[in-house]
Amino acid sequence: MLCGFLLAVFVIVITGLIISDLTYLAVKKVGWEQAAALLGQRRIVFAMRMSVATSLTTLALVMLTAVPIGYALSRLRFPGKSIVNTIVDVPIVLPPVVTGISLLAFFSFGIGDPLKRMLETFHLSLVSGLGIVLCQYLMAVSFCIRSAKTAFEGVDQGLENVAQVLGCSEWQAFMRVSLPLARNGLVAGSVMAWARAIGVFGPLMVFVGTGPGVLVMPTTLWLELSIGNIETSVCIALIMLLMAGAALTVVHRLAPGGNTV
Amino acid sequence: MNGLEINNLLLTAGSFTVGELGLQVRFGEYFMLMGHTGAGKSLLMKAVCGLHPLQQGSIAIHGKEVTNREPRFRGIGYVPQNSGLLPHLDVRDNIGFALDILGVHREEAAERTATLAEELGITALLDRRIDGLSGGERQKVSLARALARRPRLLLLDEPVSALDEQTRSDICALLKRVHREHGITTIHICHNHGEAEQLGDRIGIMNAGTIVAIHEGGIIS
Repeated sequence: MLCGFLLAVFVIVITGLIISDLTYLAVKKVGWEQAAALLGQRRIVFAMRMSVATSLTTLALVMLTAVPIGYALSRLRFPGKSIVNTIVDVPIVLPPVVTGISLLAFFSFGIGDPLKRMLETFHLSLVSGLGIVLCQYLMAVSFCIRSAKTAFEGVDQGLENVAQVLGCSEWQAFMRVSLPLARNGLVAGSVMAWARAIGVFGPLMVFVGTGPGVLVMPTTLWLELSIGNIETSVCIALIMLLMAGAALTVVHRLAPGGNTV
Repeated sequence: MNGLEINNLLLTAGSFTVGELGLQVRFGEYFMLMGHTGAGKSLLMKAVCGLHPLQQGSIAIHGKEVTNREPRFRGIGYVPQNSGLLPHLDVRDNIGFALDILGVHREEAAERTATLAEELGITALLDRRIDGLSGGERQKVSLARALARRPRLLLLDEPVSALDEQTRSDICALLKRVHREHGITTIHICHNHGEAEQLGDRIGIMNAGTIVAIHEGGIIS
Protein backbone atom coordinates (compact mmCIF):
# COMPACT_ATOMS: atom_id res chain seq x y z
CA MET A 1 0.00 0.00 0.00
CA LEU A 2 2.75 2.43 1.04
CA CYS A 3 4.85 1.36 -1.94
CA GLY A 4 1.96 2.01 -4.31
CA PHE A 5 1.37 5.42 -2.71
CA LEU A 6 5.03 6.39 -3.05
CA LEU A 7 5.02 5.23 -6.66
CA ALA A 8 1.94 7.33 -7.39
CA VAL A 9 3.51 10.39 -5.74
CA PHE A 10 6.72 9.90 -7.71
CA VAL A 11 4.87 9.60 -11.02
CA ILE A 12 2.79 12.70 -10.21
CA VAL A 13 5.89 14.74 -9.31
CA ILE A 14 7.76 13.78 -12.52
CA THR A 15 4.68 14.36 -14.67
CA GLY A 16 4.13 17.66 -12.88
CA LEU A 17 7.67 18.76 -13.69
CA ILE A 18 7.12 18.02 -17.36
CA ILE A 19 3.72 19.73 -17.43
CA SER A 20 5.05 22.75 -15.57
CA ASP A 21 7.20 23.69 -18.58
CA LEU A 22 4.09 23.74 -20.74
CA THR A 23 2.13 25.54 -18.02
CA TYR A 24 4.83 28.20 -17.75
CA LEU A 25 4.58 28.94 -21.47
CA ALA A 26 0.78 29.03 -21.24
CA VAL A 27 0.87 31.47 -18.29
CA LYS A 28 3.32 33.68 -20.20
CA LYS A 29 0.95 33.42 -23.19
CA VAL A 30 3.61 31.92 -25.43
CA GLY A 31 1.66 30.22 -28.21
CA TRP A 32 2.87 27.71 -30.81
CA GLU A 33 3.77 30.46 -33.28
CA GLN A 34 5.78 32.43 -30.73
CA ALA A 35 7.49 29.25 -29.52
CA ALA A 36 8.40 28.41 -33.10
CA ALA A 37 9.76 31.93 -33.57
CA LEU A 38 11.84 31.64 -30.39
CA LEU A 39 13.24 28.29 -31.46
CA GLY A 40 13.78 29.54 -35.01
CA GLN A 41 16.34 32.12 -33.93
CA ARG A 42 19.62 31.58 -35.76
CA ARG A 43 21.70 30.78 -32.68
CA ILE A 44 19.10 28.34 -31.38
CA VAL A 45 18.85 26.53 -34.72
CA PHE A 46 22.65 26.37 -34.82
CA ALA A 47 22.73 24.85 -31.32
CA MET A 48 20.10 22.29 -32.22
CA ARG A 49 21.97 21.30 -35.40
CA MET A 50 25.23 21.14 -33.45
CA SER A 51 23.60 18.95 -30.80
CA VAL A 52 22.19 16.53 -33.37
CA ALA A 53 25.43 16.38 -35.39
CA THR A 54 27.75 15.90 -32.41
CA SER A 55 25.48 13.46 -30.58
CA LEU A 56 25.08 11.28 -33.69
CA THR A 57 28.85 11.32 -34.23
CA THR A 58 29.28 10.39 -30.59
CA LEU A 59 26.73 7.62 -30.97
CA ALA A 60 28.65 6.15 -33.90
CA LEU A 61 31.91 6.23 -31.92
CA VAL A 62 30.21 4.79 -28.85
CA MET A 63 28.77 1.88 -30.83
CA LEU A 64 32.08 1.20 -32.53
CA THR A 65 33.87 0.89 -29.21
CA ALA A 66 31.23 -0.19 -26.70
CA VAL A 67 30.09 -3.29 -28.59
CA PRO A 68 33.52 -4.98 -28.76
CA ILE A 69 34.40 -3.84 -25.22
CA GLY A 70 31.08 -5.12 -23.86
CA TYR A 71 31.60 -8.40 -25.70
CA ALA A 72 35.13 -8.74 -24.30
CA LEU A 73 33.89 -8.07 -20.76
CA SER A 74 31.14 -10.66 -21.14
CA ARG A 75 33.32 -13.40 -22.63
CA LEU A 76 36.95 -12.98 -21.58
CA ARG A 77 38.39 -14.10 -18.29
CA PHE A 78 41.59 -12.41 -17.28
CA PRO A 79 43.42 -11.34 -14.12
CA GLY A 80 42.21 -8.00 -12.79
CA LYS A 81 38.86 -8.20 -14.59
CA SER A 82 36.99 -6.78 -11.62
CA ILE A 83 39.32 -3.75 -11.60
CA VAL A 84 38.79 -3.24 -15.34
CA ASN A 85 35.03 -3.54 -14.77
CA THR A 86 35.21 -0.84 -12.11
CA ILE A 87 37.27 1.48 -14.32
CA VAL A 88 34.77 1.08 -17.14
CA ASP A 89 32.03 2.24 -14.78
CA VAL A 90 33.91 5.30 -13.52
CA PRO A 91 32.38 7.77 -16.03
CA ILE A 92 28.90 6.73 -14.85
CA VAL A 93 29.54 7.79 -11.27
CA LEU A 94 31.95 10.65 -11.92
CA PRO A 95 30.41 14.11 -11.39
CA PRO A 96 30.14 15.62 -14.91
CA VAL A 97 32.15 18.72 -14.00
CA VAL A 98 34.99 16.49 -12.84
CA THR A 99 35.12 14.90 -16.30
CA GLY A 100 35.57 18.41 -17.76
CA ILE A 101 38.32 19.27 -15.29
CA SER A 102 40.03 15.94 -15.96
CA LEU A 103 39.96 16.60 -19.70
CA LEU A 104 41.49 20.05 -19.17
CA ALA A 105 44.22 18.50 -17.03
CA PHE A 106 44.80 15.65 -19.50
CA PHE A 107 45.40 18.00 -22.43
CA SER A 108 47.65 20.30 -20.41
CA PHE A 109 50.62 17.95 -19.96
CA GLY A 110 51.79 14.35 -20.41
CA ILE A 111 50.57 12.55 -23.51
CA GLY A 112 47.61 14.92 -23.85
CA ASP A 113 49.71 18.00 -24.61
CA PRO A 114 51.53 16.57 -27.67
CA LEU A 115 48.21 15.12 -28.80
CA LYS A 116 46.66 18.59 -28.67
CA ARG A 117 49.64 20.02 -30.57
CA MET A 118 49.34 17.30 -33.18
CA LEU A 119 45.66 18.16 -33.66
CA GLU A 120 46.62 21.81 -34.01
CA THR A 121 49.02 20.97 -36.85
CA PHE A 122 45.96 19.63 -38.68
CA HIS A 123 44.13 22.89 -37.78
CA LEU A 124 41.90 20.98 -35.39
CA SER A 125 41.01 22.64 -32.11
CA LEU A 126 39.53 20.98 -29.07
CA VAL A 127 37.30 24.03 -28.63
CA SER A 128 35.08 22.83 -31.46
CA GLY A 129 32.77 19.99 -32.38
CA LEU A 130 35.70 17.70 -31.69
CA GLY A 131 35.82 18.75 -28.03
CA ILE A 132 32.05 18.45 -27.75
CA VAL A 133 32.15 14.90 -29.15
CA LEU A 134 34.99 14.03 -26.76
CA CYS A 135 32.97 15.22 -23.73
CA GLN A 136 29.80 13.49 -24.93
CA TYR A 137 31.70 10.27 -25.66
CA LEU A 138 33.25 10.12 -22.19
CA MET A 139 29.89 10.76 -20.54
CA ALA A 140 27.97 8.23 -22.66
CA VAL A 141 30.22 5.32 -23.52
CA SER A 142 30.07 3.52 -20.16
CA PHE A 143 26.28 3.26 -20.34
CA CYS A 144 26.53 1.53 -23.69
CA ILE A 145 29.38 -0.76 -22.58
CA ARG A 146 27.32 -1.82 -19.58
CA SER A 147 24.26 -2.51 -21.77
CA ALA A 148 26.35 -4.37 -24.34
CA LYS A 149 27.98 -6.51 -21.64
CA THR A 150 24.59 -7.43 -20.18
CA ALA A 151 23.17 -8.14 -23.64
CA PHE A 152 26.06 -10.43 -24.61
CA GLU A 153 25.93 -12.19 -21.24
CA GLY A 154 22.36 -13.11 -22.15
CA VAL A 155 23.53 -14.88 -25.30
CA ASP A 156 24.30 -18.56 -24.68
CA GLN A 157 27.97 -19.07 -25.51
CA GLY A 158 27.06 -22.62 -26.50
CA LEU A 159 25.27 -21.20 -29.54
CA GLU A 160 28.48 -19.51 -30.68
CA ASN A 161 30.31 -22.81 -30.21
CA VAL A 162 27.75 -24.71 -32.25
CA ALA A 163 27.98 -22.08 -34.99
CA GLN A 164 31.76 -22.48 -35.08
CA VAL A 165 31.53 -26.25 -35.36
CA LEU A 166 28.99 -25.84 -38.16
CA GLY A 167 31.36 -23.70 -40.20
CA CYS A 168 31.61 -20.18 -38.75
CA SER A 169 34.84 -18.40 -37.97
CA GLU A 170 34.84 -16.61 -34.60
CA TRP A 171 34.00 -13.36 -36.42
CA GLN A 172 31.11 -14.99 -38.32
CA ALA A 173 29.78 -16.54 -35.11
CA PHE A 174 29.83 -13.09 -33.54
CA MET A 175 28.15 -11.39 -36.51
CA ARG A 176 25.57 -14.10 -37.23
CA VAL A 177 24.76 -15.34 -33.74
CA SER A 178 25.86 -13.07 -30.89
CA LEU A 179 25.11 -9.72 -32.51
CA PRO A 180 21.57 -10.52 -33.69
CA LEU A 181 20.70 -12.13 -30.37
CA ALA A 182 22.05 -9.16 -28.40
CA ARG A 183 20.44 -6.64 -30.77
CA ASN A 184 17.68 -5.36 -28.49
CA GLY A 185 20.06 -4.73 -25.61
CA LEU A 186 22.54 -3.02 -27.91
CA VAL A 187 19.90 -0.73 -29.42
CA ALA A 188 18.55 0.12 -25.97
CA GLY A 189 22.09 0.86 -24.75
CA SER A 190 22.89 3.04 -27.73
CA VAL A 191 19.68 5.03 -27.33
CA MET A 192 20.51 5.59 -23.66
CA ALA A 193 24.02 6.65 -24.66
CA TRP A 194 22.64 9.06 -27.25
CA ALA A 195 20.20 10.55 -24.74
CA ARG A 196 23.04 10.97 -22.29
CA ALA A 197 25.29 12.54 -24.97
CA ILE A 198 22.76 15.10 -26.16
CA GLY A 199 22.18 16.25 -22.57
CA VAL A 200 25.84 16.71 -21.58
CA PHE A 201 26.40 20.09 -19.94
CA GLY A 202 28.98 20.18 -17.12
CA PRO A 203 32.05 18.94 -19.04
CA LEU A 204 31.20 21.22 -21.97
CA MET A 205 31.07 24.28 -19.73
CA VAL A 206 34.52 23.45 -18.35
CA PHE A 207 36.32 21.99 -21.36
CA VAL A 208 34.75 23.61 -24.44
CA GLY A 209 33.06 26.70 -23.04
CA THR A 210 30.21 28.71 -24.52
CA GLY A 211 31.95 30.56 -27.29
CA PRO A 212 30.47 31.00 -30.75
CA GLY A 213 30.52 27.81 -32.77
CA VAL A 214 30.53 25.45 -29.80
CA LEU A 215 27.03 25.91 -28.45
CA VAL A 216 24.76 22.92 -28.14
CA MET A 217 21.26 22.75 -26.69
CA PRO A 218 22.13 22.38 -22.97
CA THR A 219 24.72 25.19 -23.03
CA THR A 220 22.41 27.40 -25.10
CA LEU A 221 19.60 26.76 -22.63
CA TRP A 222 21.84 27.90 -19.81
CA LEU A 223 23.06 30.98 -21.74
CA GLU A 224 19.49 32.03 -22.60
CA LEU A 225 18.50 31.57 -18.97
CA SER A 226 21.48 33.62 -17.77
CA ILE A 227 20.47 36.61 -19.93
CA GLY A 228 16.84 36.40 -18.86
CA ASN A 229 15.31 34.75 -21.94
CA ILE A 230 13.37 32.31 -19.81
CA GLU A 231 10.71 31.56 -22.47
CA THR A 232 13.41 30.51 -24.96
CA SER A 233 15.07 28.35 -22.29
CA VAL A 234 11.78 26.62 -21.51
CA CYS A 235 11.15 26.01 -25.23
CA ILE A 236 14.60 24.40 -25.57
CA ALA A 237 13.91 22.37 -22.42
CA LEU A 238 10.68 21.10 -23.95
CA ILE A 239 12.48 20.01 -27.11
CA MET A 240 15.01 18.14 -24.97
CA LEU A 241 12.19 16.58 -22.95
CA LEU A 242 10.55 15.35 -26.14
CA MET A 243 13.85 13.85 -27.29
CA ALA A 244 14.38 12.16 -23.92
CA GLY A 245 10.81 10.84 -23.97
CA ALA A 246 11.27 9.38 -27.44
CA ALA A 247 14.54 7.77 -26.38
CA LEU A 248 12.96 6.26 -23.27
CA THR A 249 10.06 4.89 -25.30
CA VAL A 250 12.49 3.11 -27.61
CA VAL A 251 14.48 1.74 -24.66
CA HIS A 252 11.37 0.46 -22.88
CA ARG A 253 10.05 -1.22 -26.01
CA LEU A 254 13.36 -2.99 -26.62
CA ALA A 255 14.30 -3.88 -23.06
CA PRO A 256 13.74 -7.52 -22.00
CA GLY A 257 10.16 -7.82 -20.83
CA GLY A 258 9.23 -4.69 -22.76
CA ASN A 259 6.15 -4.28 -24.91
CA THR A 260 7.43 -5.78 -28.12
CA VAL A 261 9.93 -8.37 -27.05
CA MET B 1 41.27 -45.83 -41.72
CA ASN B 2 39.43 -44.82 -38.57
CA GLY B 3 36.53 -42.38 -38.50
CA LEU B 4 38.07 -40.79 -35.42
CA GLU B 5 41.44 -41.46 -33.88
CA ILE B 6 42.53 -39.90 -30.61
CA ASN B 7 46.06 -40.51 -29.35
CA ASN B 8 47.60 -39.69 -25.95
CA LEU B 9 45.07 -36.94 -25.37
CA LEU B 10 45.41 -34.87 -22.22
CA LEU B 11 43.33 -31.83 -21.36
CA THR B 12 42.27 -29.99 -18.25
CA ALA B 13 39.37 -27.84 -17.16
CA GLY B 14 40.09 -26.28 -13.79
CA SER B 15 41.15 -29.12 -11.53
CA PHE B 16 39.54 -31.78 -13.72
CA THR B 17 41.72 -33.76 -16.13
CA VAL B 18 40.76 -35.89 -19.11
CA GLY B 19 43.38 -38.41 -20.19
CA GLU B 20 45.83 -39.63 -21.05
CA LEU B 21 43.38 -41.16 -23.39
CA GLY B 22 43.34 -42.99 -26.70
CA LEU B 23 40.27 -43.89 -28.76
CA GLN B 24 39.71 -45.31 -32.21
CA VAL B 25 36.22 -45.08 -33.66
CA ARG B 26 35.92 -47.10 -36.85
CA PHE B 27 34.92 -45.56 -40.15
CA GLY B 28 31.11 -45.49 -40.36
CA GLU B 29 30.70 -46.84 -36.84
CA TYR B 30 27.97 -45.79 -34.37
CA PHE B 31 29.94 -45.41 -31.15
CA MET B 32 28.14 -44.84 -27.87
CA LEU B 33 30.00 -43.06 -25.08
CA MET B 34 28.57 -43.58 -21.61
CA GLY B 35 29.54 -42.43 -18.17
CA HIS B 36 28.31 -40.64 -15.10
CA THR B 37 27.83 -36.89 -15.04
CA GLY B 38 31.26 -35.32 -14.65
CA ALA B 39 33.09 -38.26 -16.23
CA GLY B 40 34.50 -35.94 -18.91
CA LYS B 41 32.41 -37.03 -21.92
CA SER B 42 31.26 -33.57 -22.98
CA LEU B 43 34.72 -32.09 -22.37
CA LEU B 44 36.18 -34.80 -24.61
CA MET B 45 33.62 -33.95 -27.31
CA LYS B 46 34.48 -30.26 -26.99
CA ALA B 47 38.11 -31.13 -27.59
CA VAL B 48 37.19 -33.22 -30.64
CA CYS B 49 35.22 -30.22 -31.95
CA GLY B 50 38.19 -27.92 -31.35
CA LEU B 51 36.41 -25.91 -28.69
CA HIS B 52 38.75 -26.88 -25.86
CA PRO B 53 42.54 -26.76 -26.13
CA LEU B 54 44.60 -29.93 -25.68
CA GLN B 55 47.60 -30.09 -23.41
CA GLN B 56 48.96 -32.97 -25.42
CA GLY B 57 47.89 -35.57 -27.92
CA SER B 58 46.41 -35.63 -31.38
CA ILE B 59 43.04 -35.99 -33.04
CA ALA B 60 42.47 -37.28 -36.58
CA ILE B 61 39.16 -37.47 -38.43
CA HIS B 62 39.01 -39.82 -41.43
CA GLY B 63 42.78 -40.10 -41.29
CA LYS B 64 43.36 -36.34 -41.43
CA GLU B 65 45.10 -34.67 -38.53
CA VAL B 66 42.83 -31.91 -37.16
CA THR B 67 44.47 -31.26 -33.77
CA ASN B 68 45.36 -27.66 -34.56
CA ARG B 69 42.54 -26.89 -36.97
CA GLU B 70 39.73 -24.48 -36.20
CA PRO B 71 36.36 -26.11 -35.39
CA ARG B 72 34.90 -25.07 -38.74
CA PHE B 73 37.51 -26.98 -40.72
CA ARG B 74 37.04 -30.32 -38.93
CA GLY B 75 33.98 -31.48 -40.88
CA ILE B 76 31.91 -32.19 -37.79
CA GLY B 77 28.14 -32.19 -37.42
CA TYR B 78 27.14 -31.45 -33.84
CA VAL B 79 23.86 -31.92 -31.97
CA PRO B 80 24.02 -30.60 -28.39
CA GLN B 81 21.71 -31.69 -25.59
CA ASN B 82 19.67 -28.47 -25.73
CA SER B 83 19.57 -28.63 -29.55
CA GLY B 84 21.56 -25.39 -29.87
CA LEU B 85 19.12 -23.95 -32.39
CA LEU B 86 19.40 -20.26 -33.18
CA PRO B 87 16.27 -18.54 -31.84
CA HIS B 88 16.46 -15.60 -34.26
CA LEU B 89 16.15 -17.88 -37.29
CA ASP B 90 13.22 -20.04 -38.37
CA VAL B 91 13.54 -23.80 -38.88
CA ARG B 92 14.45 -23.48 -42.57
CA ASP B 93 17.23 -20.98 -41.89
CA ASN B 94 18.52 -23.05 -38.97
CA ILE B 95 18.88 -26.12 -41.19
CA GLY B 96 20.46 -24.04 -43.95
CA PHE B 97 22.70 -22.10 -41.56
CA ALA B 98 25.87 -24.08 -42.27
CA LEU B 99 25.14 -24.13 -46.01
CA ASP B 100 24.83 -20.36 -46.03
CA ILE B 101 28.11 -20.02 -44.15
CA LEU B 102 29.85 -22.47 -46.47
CA GLY B 103 28.65 -20.49 -49.49
CA VAL B 104 26.52 -23.27 -50.96
CA HIS B 105 24.44 -21.89 -53.82
CA ARG B 106 21.01 -20.72 -52.70
CA GLU B 107 19.06 -23.17 -54.87
CA GLU B 108 21.19 -26.14 -53.89
CA ALA B 109 20.93 -25.16 -50.21
CA ALA B 110 17.14 -24.92 -50.50
CA GLU B 111 16.99 -28.32 -52.16
CA ARG B 112 19.26 -29.92 -49.58
CA THR B 113 17.24 -28.38 -46.75
CA ALA B 114 13.96 -29.62 -48.23
CA THR B 115 15.36 -33.14 -48.78
CA LEU B 116 16.63 -33.39 -45.20
CA ALA B 117 13.39 -32.00 -43.81
CA GLU B 118 11.45 -34.63 -45.71
CA GLU B 119 13.81 -37.39 -44.60
CA LEU B 120 13.45 -36.41 -40.95
CA GLY B 121 9.72 -35.72 -41.19
CA ILE B 122 9.90 -32.02 -40.39
CA THR B 123 8.78 -30.47 -43.69
CA ALA B 124 5.69 -29.03 -42.03
CA LEU B 125 7.93 -27.19 -39.54
CA LEU B 126 10.14 -25.40 -42.05
CA ASP B 127 8.51 -21.98 -41.66
CA ARG B 128 7.98 -22.26 -37.91
CA ARG B 129 9.83 -20.25 -35.29
CA ILE B 130 12.15 -22.16 -32.97
CA ASP B 131 10.39 -21.13 -29.78
CA GLY B 132 7.21 -22.89 -30.92
CA LEU B 133 8.81 -26.31 -31.31
CA SER B 134 8.61 -29.27 -28.92
CA GLY B 135 11.76 -30.91 -27.53
CA GLY B 136 11.62 -33.75 -30.05
CA GLU B 137 11.04 -31.39 -32.97
CA ARG B 138 13.98 -29.29 -31.88
CA GLN B 139 16.29 -32.29 -31.85
CA LYS B 140 15.12 -33.33 -35.31
CA VAL B 141 15.83 -29.83 -36.63
CA SER B 142 19.21 -29.83 -34.89
CA LEU B 143 20.01 -33.20 -36.48
CA ALA B 144 18.96 -31.91 -39.91
CA ARG B 145 21.20 -28.87 -39.43
CA ALA B 146 24.13 -31.07 -38.44
CA LEU B 147 23.61 -33.34 -41.48
CA ALA B 148 23.14 -30.46 -43.93
CA ARG B 149 26.84 -29.77 -44.28
CA ARG B 150 27.50 -33.49 -44.95
CA PRO B 151 29.87 -33.99 -42.04
CA ARG B 152 32.57 -36.64 -41.82
CA LEU B 153 31.87 -37.10 -38.13
CA LEU B 154 28.56 -36.67 -36.30
CA LEU B 155 28.68 -35.84 -32.58
CA LEU B 156 25.49 -36.24 -30.59
CA ASP B 157 25.77 -34.93 -27.03
CA GLU B 158 22.91 -36.50 -25.08
CA PRO B 159 20.42 -35.65 -27.83
CA VAL B 160 17.48 -37.48 -26.26
CA SER B 161 18.18 -37.24 -22.53
CA ALA B 162 15.74 -34.37 -21.97
CA LEU B 163 12.89 -35.99 -23.92
CA ASP B 164 9.95 -38.09 -22.76
CA GLU B 165 10.02 -41.87 -23.25
CA GLN B 166 7.94 -41.98 -26.44
CA THR B 167 9.80 -39.12 -28.13
CA ARG B 168 13.11 -40.62 -27.03
CA SER B 169 12.19 -43.90 -28.67
CA ASP B 170 11.11 -42.12 -31.88
CA ILE B 171 14.30 -40.08 -32.08
CA CYS B 172 16.46 -43.16 -31.40
CA ALA B 173 14.74 -45.00 -34.26
CA LEU B 174 15.34 -41.94 -36.44
CA LEU B 175 19.01 -41.80 -35.47
CA LYS B 176 19.44 -45.49 -36.35
CA ARG B 177 17.80 -44.97 -39.75
CA VAL B 178 19.83 -41.84 -40.48
CA HIS B 179 23.03 -43.66 -39.58
CA ARG B 180 22.12 -46.60 -41.80
CA GLU B 181 21.27 -44.34 -44.75
CA HIS B 182 24.11 -41.79 -44.42
CA GLY B 183 26.79 -44.07 -42.99
CA ILE B 184 28.42 -41.21 -41.08
CA THR B 185 30.83 -42.07 -38.29
CA THR B 186 28.81 -41.17 -35.20
CA ILE B 187 29.66 -40.64 -31.55
CA HIS B 188 26.65 -40.49 -29.29
CA ILE B 189 26.92 -39.57 -25.62
CA CYS B 190 24.23 -40.97 -23.34
CA HIS B 191 23.45 -42.16 -19.81
CA ASN B 192 20.89 -44.78 -20.70
CA HIS B 193 21.96 -48.45 -21.09
CA GLY B 194 18.94 -49.35 -23.21
CA GLU B 195 19.58 -46.46 -25.56
CA ALA B 196 23.25 -47.39 -25.84
CA GLU B 197 22.53 -51.05 -26.60
CA GLN B 198 19.78 -50.13 -29.09
CA LEU B 199 21.99 -47.83 -31.13
CA GLY B 200 25.65 -48.57 -30.60
CA ASP B 201 27.98 -50.78 -32.63
CA ARG B 202 30.33 -50.40 -29.67
CA ILE B 203 29.90 -48.78 -26.28
CA GLY B 204 32.70 -46.93 -24.51
CA ILE B 205 32.48 -46.39 -20.77
CA MET B 206 34.11 -43.27 -19.42
CA ASN B 207 34.97 -42.62 -15.81
CA ALA B 208 37.05 -39.92 -14.11
CA GLY B 209 38.39 -38.56 -17.37
CA THR B 210 39.40 -41.79 -19.04
CA ILE B 211 37.80 -44.60 -21.04
CA VAL B 212 37.77 -47.60 -18.76
CA ALA B 213 36.06 -50.16 -21.01
CA ILE B 214 34.80 -50.68 -24.54
CA HIS B 215 32.06 -53.22 -25.15
CA GLU B 216 31.87 -54.79 -28.61
CA GLY B 217 28.61 -55.51 -30.40
CA GLY B 218 26.64 -52.90 -28.51
CA ILE B 219 26.21 -55.15 -25.49
CA ILE B 220 27.33 -54.02 -22.05
CA SER B 221 28.66 -57.11 -20.33
